[in-house]
Amino acid sequence: MNSTIEAVAPTTQTQKVSVAGFLKKNLREYGMLLSLVVIMAFFQYMTDGTLMQPLNLTNLLLQNSYIVIMALAMLLVIVAGHIDLSVGSVAGFVGGLAAVLMVEYQWHYLPATLVCLLAGAVIGGVQGYFIAFHRIPSFIVTLGGMLVFRGLALWLLHGQSIGPFPREFQLLSSGFIPDPFNAEGLRVASLLLGALVALAFFYMNLRERANKIQYGAVAEPLGFMIGRNVAFSAAIVYLCYLLASYKGMPNVMVIMFALMMFYDFITTRTTIGRRIYALGGNEKAARLSGIKTDRLSFYTFVNMGVLAALAGLIFAARLNTATPKAGVGFELDVIAACFIGGASATGGVGRVMGAVIGAFVMGVMNNGMSILGIGIDWQQVIKGVVLVAAVFVDVYNKNK
Amino acid sequence: MDAILEMKGITKRFPGVVALKDVNLAVRPGEIHAICGENGAGKSTLMKVLSGVYPHGTYEGEIRFEGHEQRFDSIRDSEKRGIAIIHQELALVPLMSIAENIFLGNELTKAGVIDPEATHRRTVELLKKVGLNESPEELITNLGVGKQQLVEIAKALAKECKLLILDEPTASLNENDSQALLDLLLEFKTQGMTMIMISHKLNEIARVADSVTVLRDGSTVKTMDCGEVPINEDEIIRHMVGREMADRYPHREPHIGETVFEVKDWTVFHEQHEDRKFIKGVNLHVRKGEILGIAGLMGSGRTELAMSIFGRSYGRHISGKVLLRGQEIDVSTVEKAVGHGIAYVTEDRKGYGLVLENEIKHNISLANLPGVAKWGIINEGQEYSVAKEYQKKINIRCPDVFQYVGNLSGGNQQKVVLSKWLFAGPDILILDEPTRGIDVGAKYEIYCLIAELAKEGKCIILISSEMPELLGMADRLYVMNEGAFVAEMNVADASQEKIMRAIVNAGKTTHE
Repeated sequence: MNSTIEAVAPTTQTQKVSVAGFLKKNLREYGMLLSLVVIMAFFQYMTDGTLMQPLNLTNLLLQNSYIVIMALAMLLVIVAGHIDLSVGSVAGFVGGLAAVLMVEYQWHYLPATLVCLLAGAVIGGVQGYFIAFHRIPSFIVTLGGMLVFRGLALWLLHGQSIGPFPREFQLLSSGFIPDPFNAEGLRVASLLLGALVALAFFYMNLRERANKIQYGAVAEPLGFMIGRNVAFSAAIVYLCYLLASYKGMPNVMVIMFALMMFYDFITTRTTIGRRIYALGGNEKAARLSGIKTDRLSFYTFVNMGVLAALAGLIFAARLNTATPKAGVGFELDVIAACFIGGASATGGVGRVMGAVIGAFVMGVMNNGMSILGIGIDWQQVIKGVVLVAAVFVDVYNKNK
Repeated sequence: MDAILEMKGITKRFPGVVALKDVNLAVRPGEIHAICGENGAGKSTLMKVLSGVYPHGTYEGEIRFEGHEQRFDSIRDSEKRGIAIIHQELALVPLMSIAENIFLGNELTKAGVIDPEATHRRTVELLKKVGLNESPEELITNLGVGKQQLVEIAKALAKECKLLILDEPTASLNENDSQALLDLLLEFKTQGMTMIMISHKLNEIARVADSVTVLRDGSTVKTMDCGEVPINEDEIIRHMVGREMADRYPHREPHIGETVFEVKDWTVFHEQHEDRKFIKGVNLHVRKGEILGIAGLMGSGRTELAMSIFGRSYGRHISGKVLLRGQEIDVSTVEKAVGHGIAYVTEDRKGYGLVLENEIKHNISLANLPGVAKWGIINEGQEYSVAKEYQKKINIRCPDVFQYVGNLSGGNQQKVVLSKWLFAGPDILILDEPTRGIDVGAKYEIYCLIAELAKEGKCIILISSEMPELLGMADRLYVMNEGAFVAEMNVADASQEKIMRAIVNAGKTTHE
């Protein structure tokens, strides 16, 4: 009745799971990654190999880093059951603030950066205060914030562009990690770093699997896990090789990667992460379980503000100038990235890695379509269709 | 007499599950036909097949209504033939009026425009029929559940129905409203309407039903005619669970110790209406190893009392003292209350108890995450073992604890909520309607668990609307009415009549 599953009495299941069965169960997670690979292959073919050329790949990473970084925080906001429409304006405003401090007032880049990040936290805090403690819908508060900070950005910059930034600050976006090896035509350090990361992943996966077996949970089949990791490592090393054959790994990629790992860990392994999912899944149940739901909502917005500020800094450093128009429409890309990555609009569901993949799906499409010379008109149509299609497939699969 | 409705050999499959196996049902015209069975027995599925929610072709078997074979493709089809269904969860739009709700999707129109006069006139007629004295313009949100149920019935009547299906019509009603509703159904019967009623409440079935069909595990077990022999509740239960149930409640020998938990002069004001005193100076105490029952009608303030004590989760301007082993304690937030060893198991497990789209193990650890974590990092191995332990200990039926709670049946969901709070390690457990909407077998398991907890020396506060349950489980009872305790009695001296009398008498004095 009610299509509930009345299972038979619990049996101790055998730990062996077939590869096909495991794949089917985790189709959703791998499906996302697979579609990114397919989209990349498609554009690689259509652009006669331009997409994966070292120069273009480096640009692709740089162009999407700020979207990815904001998507990390946006995922938490969405999982908590809220939305933040103001991130583009906040990023623009903070970029302007950085320019005023560093260019007009000649501040050193370090204190200026800190003040900017702090400003992001305060902005997120103010919006979060109204949302969490006064229960004003986040859509409304951040819609207001979107207007307010766009306006403040205009006011701060007097409607003009301010630049250039100090050289050290520019390195945030245009710098690459140093290479002590000085090999001909190849940044060995970048390649090594990539290989190291791949190895670390392999090790962590192995450990996790061993752990699962130890406490008797169903683990993925060994052969499958090795195959998956080999493919994954090969991909990472190959990408790093491509980057290494140009200028190496961009600084911003290191930041982005570190943040990705950090937020993945927070969401999957810590009590804070667990509580955010519970809050978004059922706020009343979470509150009655002793979770301070208001405070948690508040902090997700503070966090969003900080990462939006960081994204604003990176964007400003990349353009080497702050413009009042910086960050227009970012919020749409960021939110789309989360939803393409499988987050639920009602909260409680979504993964950090999904949001990252979602951001790159959008990024690769932007980049590929630009190379192909598709006009901005059709680009938007296609992106819109892909967003709805991705969520449709997700929901359809879930209801099946 | 020929049957007005015959369902023959109905089989309905879902991926991986056979929900109905060769079910047969025959309903005579003008009777009240009760269908009972445990949760998961297939009652609702059968009604969904009948009403066209599952269209013809998705099931096997034949439906004959008024002598003709019927092939419904949708609810609209079955409604056209005069079959109306009232679901367990009320499906009214809260911010629309009674009249708008009654004719929703079925609007009375003149040249394509809604005809307000006709709507008003028809609504007044219908409301009179169901005995509801409200203006058709009244918004649904201003009505109590009992009255909303009557609006649902009026809505069904508006569709000129010949066969009315009621799915647990009294599930959310209090005693008085339930009785009134049953009287109404009996009156409809005299007017020649045929009804199918799904119910867990055997005393209600005994009161109104002319025949009873029992389903178990998706099959018809037995159809009983009540005209010849009066209904035997125990026989129905036996057919439902497929075994003799000698005792509906476990036998226990209470070992009651000293007073552990006390609430003194507890006063709470209504959450929305600030100036309305909702809980009026309640005093209670529970002793070690004691099961304390709180009886009362729905709306008497039992849940609000419990939630206001549990971290001020309900109400405003709360005053009064809470004492643990003689010392006053601060229970102003849920966290503090849990810290003092208080747990509250909600009456509304889907709304307040569970995160449905989370795994079983995540739900079990939720109220005590530090118990499975170090420096804020969750030890998943430990969390898994904890969940497994509770799965075994209180028999949560599921393939593994990775499953989403949303996929479990009501009884198993309730066990997950209980596990969550047991893992928090409480000394005082407030159980609010712990067996609501779950089947007889699972109920018994939960009673055993409660008895076990009391034996371990925990204090149990059991809130329940089912008086037999209180009389069967509790050691001592408070009777609550309109926000105050109006009587206290030992279970040995208590009876359903005494409880009801206490409520009725209290009602008289306050209204004089």
